[in-house]
Amino acid sequence: MPTFILVAFLVATVVFVLLSLPGIEYLFVAGYIVVQYVVLATAWNILGGYTGYVNFGSAAFFAIGAYSSVALITFGTQLEDLLPESLASPLSLIFPLPIPVLILVSGAVSGLVGFGMGYLTLRLRGAFFAIATLALAVVLQTLVVNWDFVGGSSGAYVVRPSDFYGLTGYIQYLFGLMLALAVGAISVARAIERSRLGYGFAAIRDDELAAEASGAPTLRLKLIATTLSGALMGMAGAPFPYYIGFLQPQSAFGLEYAVNSIAMPMIGGTMSWIGPLIGAILLGTLQQVANVTISSAVNLLIVGLLLIGFVIVAPNGIVGLVQERLRARRTK
Amino acid sequence: MDFTLLINAIIAGLLIGGFYAAVTAGISISFGMLDIVNIAHPAFIILGSYIAYIVNIKLGIDPIIVSIIMLPAFYALGDAIYRIYYQSFEKRGAESLRGLAFFFGVLFVTEVVLILAFGVDYRYVEAAYIGPTLSFSFVDLPLRILVPFLVSLALFGALQLFISRTFTGRAILAVSQDQGALALMAADPIRIKRIAFGVSIATAAVAGALLIILQPVEPSVGREYIGRVFAICVLGGLGSLPGTLIAALLIGVVESITATFYGPSWAPAVSFGFLLLTLAFRPSGLLGR
Repeated sequence: MPTFILVAFLVATVVFVLLSLPGIEYLFVAGYIVVQYVVLATAWNILGGYTGYVNFGSAAFFAIGAYSSVALITFGTQLEDLLPESLASPLSLIFPLPIPVLILVSGAVSGLVGFGMGYLTLRLRGAFFAIATLALAVVLQTLVVNWDFVGGSSGAYVVRPSDFYGLTGYIQYLFGLMLALAVGAISVARAIERSRLGYGFAAIRDDELAAEASGAPTLRLKLIATTLSGALMGMAGAPFPYYIGFLQPQSAFGLEYAVNSIAMPMIGGTMSWIGPLIGAILLGTLQQVANVTISSAVNLLIVGLLLIGFVIVAPNGIVGLVQERLRARRTK
Repeated sequence: MDFTLLINAIIAGLLIGGFYAAVTAGISISFGMLDIVNIAHPAFIILGSYIAYIVNIKLGIDPIIVSIIMLPAFYALGDAIYRIYYQSFEKRGAESLRGLAFFFGVLFVTEVVLILAFGVDYRYVEAAYIGPTLSFSFVDLPLRILVPFLVSLALFGALQLFISRTFTGRAILAVSQDQGALALMAADPIRIKRIAFGVSIATAAVAGALLIILQPVEPSVGREYIGRVFAICVLGGLGSLPGTLIAALLIGVVESITATFYGPSWAPAVSFGFLLLTLAFRPSGLLGR
């Protein structure tokens, strides 16, 4: 396990260095989105791929992360107005909070929401969870639109802090953070796969009744999965306000997050950690290119059609196709 | 609380609730009876709205008549989708994860295609009953809402008769209870499910026409309805059409009161609240089995 994390960090460092070589800042701007999708797809797969419970509300969890950050940032700028002098002055030393702290707080908040959703719906048939996550996105958007403290429907401006810890620019700092988050998410996913937890998840996915009958604590396992998956999605959303500079409910709750975080693991392959990684890098890069060269609506259409095509023709994704090919060659 | 305002809110809620019943009827059949989680249903409703819109603008035909003409086409669409769904997912026993992703993809593709074809502008239709309002002392009944309400009730009555009186309808109820037993009675459960799914998509044609009479439509309007229709379906009790109607009226009234007294931007939260409360306290719904 430690070797894996070490190798993953090495790969991440190489990616970072390679991207900074041409000296084009846009590579980081586009790369950030791709790496963000790596985190989202991996997070989705921990619940969807390992336990077989579909979450349509990735956008909601992502937005919870983003808006937790906005709330904390806004709170930091209005300390004097919101709190008495005696409290405001010591707090002004730690505000604005550094982004890693925002990531942790956002992770905690969205993990809690994931837990609550799971607790209410996972004792019932699987489809209820999926439907509840769909509805959650609409309702959270309603709450945010009505919540003036974080900008309401008109959105909130976020001023980027001036220091970025010795890196050449702020976007490089954000990209580096997201890269570290991706390494963390993938390590967690891989560790789960090889643990008792992972076997429990797989048992639920294959036959929940049989898992329950053989003594697997299915509800507890499912709650661990929803909490972990929700927390990671929220963490992916936490730096987003600083990335975008101006956060509106429509952009934080964008349908493309929900679609991509399902399509990427499905297209890559849901059985192991490498599937979402492959799917996110392929689809994410494809979309960044299509965004620049064609249009954003067309590239979403491509994602939708790929998703439908893959679930019908190649149910185990690219990883499944490769494995089949290898097996066929071996038997020849 | 203003009494006149309250009465008007309740009446408007009942009318809108009747319309919600038409929107949910298809889900009641597909999700409630066939166990097919067709989250793409609202997208088909929007498709129905746009077809009603095009024909209405180009040829000036009444949207409700258009939707009735479109029924066979939507039935065929549902039939085709069920064939794909059965071959690719149900037969392989992979309906939970991949079947859901499939419908999500269909929802998404339909929406994006509509955006590419028509843009994100709001579209509306023209008909004689859009505009005038019937007034009885202090109660206002806009025809724009009253007509969809009446058509919904007619659609709902027809569906209930079909399900409870015809052989095929009863076979649909039977397939929702025990598929294996139906096969023993020498009825093909797959064929029955295909017919039922076709009927459920056909209702989307009518619901779509009613939606665009009621309000201007743009491609992503359907998303608001996803949470609402499933909330109504679960609250009413899976597989119960009368339960669906009661639940639809109830949610319509509560949403309308919320919108009147707390502002329309809070209304979408109502159905979600109902959904969570139902799931937590009475998962079998009001009239569930």
